[in-house]
Amino acid sequence: MTNPNGRFGIHGGQYIPETLMNAVIELEEAYNHYKKDPEFNRELTELLNEYAGRPSRLYYAQKMTEDLGGAKIYLKREDLNHTGAHKINNVLGQALLAKKMGKTRLIAETGAGQHGVATATAAALMNMECVVFMGEKDTERQALNVYRMRLLGAKVIPVKTGTATLKDACSAAFREWTTRIQDTHYCLGSVMGPHPFPTIVRDFQSVISKEIKEQILAKEGRLPDAVLACVGGGSNAIGSFYHFIEDKEVRLIGCEAAGRGVDTFETAATIATGKLGIFHGMKSYFCQDKYGQIAPVYSISAGLDYPGVGPEHAYLHDTGRAEYVPITDDEAVNAFEYLARTEGIIPAIESAHAVAYAIKLAPTMDKDKIMVITISGRGDKDCAAIARYRGEDLHE
Amino acid sequence: MSNIQKAFENGKAFITFLTCGDPDLQTTAAAVRAAAENGADLIELGIPFSDPTAEGPVIQGANLRALSGGVTTDEIFDFVEQLRKEITIPLVFMTYANVVFSYGPDRFLSACQKVGIDGLILPDVPYEEKEEFLPFCRKYGVDLISLIAPTSQNRIAMIAKEAEGFLYIVSSLGVTGMRGEIETDLASIVEAVRQNTDLPCAIGFGISSPEQAKKMADTADGVIVGSAVVKLLEEHGKDAPSYIGEYVKVMKKAIG
Repeated sequence: MTNPNGRFGIHGGQYIPETLMNAVIELEEAYNHYKKDPEFNRELTELLNEYAGRPSRLYYAQKMTEDLGGAKIYLKREDLNHTGAHKINNVLGQALLAKKMGKTRLIAETGAGQHGVATATAAALMNMECVVFMGEKDTERQALNVYRMRLLGAKVIPVKTGTATLKDACSAAFREWTTRIQDTHYCLGSVMGPHPFPTIVRDFQSVISKEIKEQILAKEGRLPDAVLACVGGGSNAIGSFYHFIEDKEVRLIGCEAAGRGVDTFETAATIATGKLGIFHGMKSYFCQDKYGQIAPVYSISAGLDYPGVGPEHAYLHDTGRAEYVPITDDEAVNAFEYLARTEGIIPAIESAHAVAYAIKLAPTMDKDKIMVITISGRGDKDCAAIARYRGEDLHE
Repeated sequence: MSNIQKAFENGKAFITFLTCGDPDLQTTAAAVRAAAENGADLIELGIPFSDPTAEGPVIQGANLRALSGGVTTDEIFDFVEQLRKEITIPLVFMTYANVVFSYGPDRFLSACQKVGIDGLILPDVPYEEKEEFLPFCRKYGVDLISLIAPTSQNRIAMIAKEAEGFLYIVSSLGVTGMRGEIETDLASIVEAVRQNTDLPCAIGFGISSPEQAKKMADTADGVIVGSAVVKLLEEHGKDAPSYIGEYVKVMKKAIG
């Protein structure tokens, strides 16, 4: 899907300071070498299976299916991975690659903290130094994950600039990388940033759709009719979509964070409200004003609270291959509670955006149709924030 | 020959940077006048961006102050048009890709020509992506300034051969901001550039003291000072222009 210049249609590219150019070129060369290396792939598969617990389950959500009365619903349980989210798939791949490249230090940005926790975990496992940049506002709403990162030996740096959320954490990580390149790998957490990151992260996350395909063929003997996933930068979504892109009969649906609604300024629904721009190393869609100033976006979900979307999603949107729908905070919180009560599964508030759209979509589909929802992470980290959203004075 | 060459005809060039609208455009105008009267050979005018990823804390602060004051790209074009009636030294814009892209590169560069902007520096547009903007720069006679970093190594020849205006040599790793020591082997970088182009080289990032400036000017054709000047705006606000004038005078004298 990527052309040699790292483009997905018109999107992607390498809009970064000259200081970083040789670093991304070196990364691309190393990746192209190791992705074909049997030993690298053997080591990575062993880590994914023995350490992270793959393959993750594809669970038939019978109660939810019966309750909604439409399509048969399967949940892809990325929440059951070690560290509690899909983020570990990418991190183990990048950390192993960084190690092979001789890097001794990992830096990362994080929103909800799941990518930071995964990076801190991989760094602990592989004896690497780890520094995680996290928006100060997110360190407050995801305090448990900050503690987890510190417990794992990482240094967490609260970022106070701008909106003090994921976008600012990402800018801080880019700044840090320009300062220290020789021994440091920037372990980017989503399918965004300059080439080759969107491709590398997508490849490492594509294990999700590879497994869904095998599992659904084993259980149902056919492909699903729809695959749903939440989209911030879009890594679990592209991972869930990738091996179905050529299967045109499979609807691919990305669920964006609409915050308080796409008709308000308090939204992070990039495809619904953004326009084409250049930021954080890539050309894609961004929430911005008429002068190109990046908008201070908002979502209840720290992991989706980002003003852009990965370039491959922008391309899948342009070509109409994937659909993108906005889900409000209210809808996501309702879905968070619904899945807990109905299936005994507490999803991350990010993943609850995909569950929310499934609640709308499933009843409109016939009972012989099949839908897969990727539960990208577990919701323990969100319990206190959701309780507060519901007016309960619960603090961690 | 581009107008930018004039900056290098008066001994070693002293280049400074100001963010437009920090804290308001009247102050920026006074600061530009003070710098020009005291020996600045070229001024980089920053168009503020919400997320200036190549900047250290000082210039990030300037971007924030300017945007908080509500300045827009349109107002900055009007401002430069007025300024050009009295300021004759070369002026270049320094901003981020999205500011130009969202305005429309053709419309942006056409306006640059109209108001008398001589060059454009986009720190998030490397050699590989310059075709996005270069055709419009050429169309309207605005030099697209290339940057060379301590990590450029094998890329120097490629960049220098196609460069325009002057070469912006980034002195150190990292973002903009004042530094105690500059350890990069800049002489060999400048030498590598000169093997591939006759354009002047100016060194920027981290320079604040007259001693550092002198050392850099011995190596290159000019020095660029950003954060140290912006720091004066941070400290003195609307009263900064007189301090900036004094500072520029000392620095220009030091590089003689």
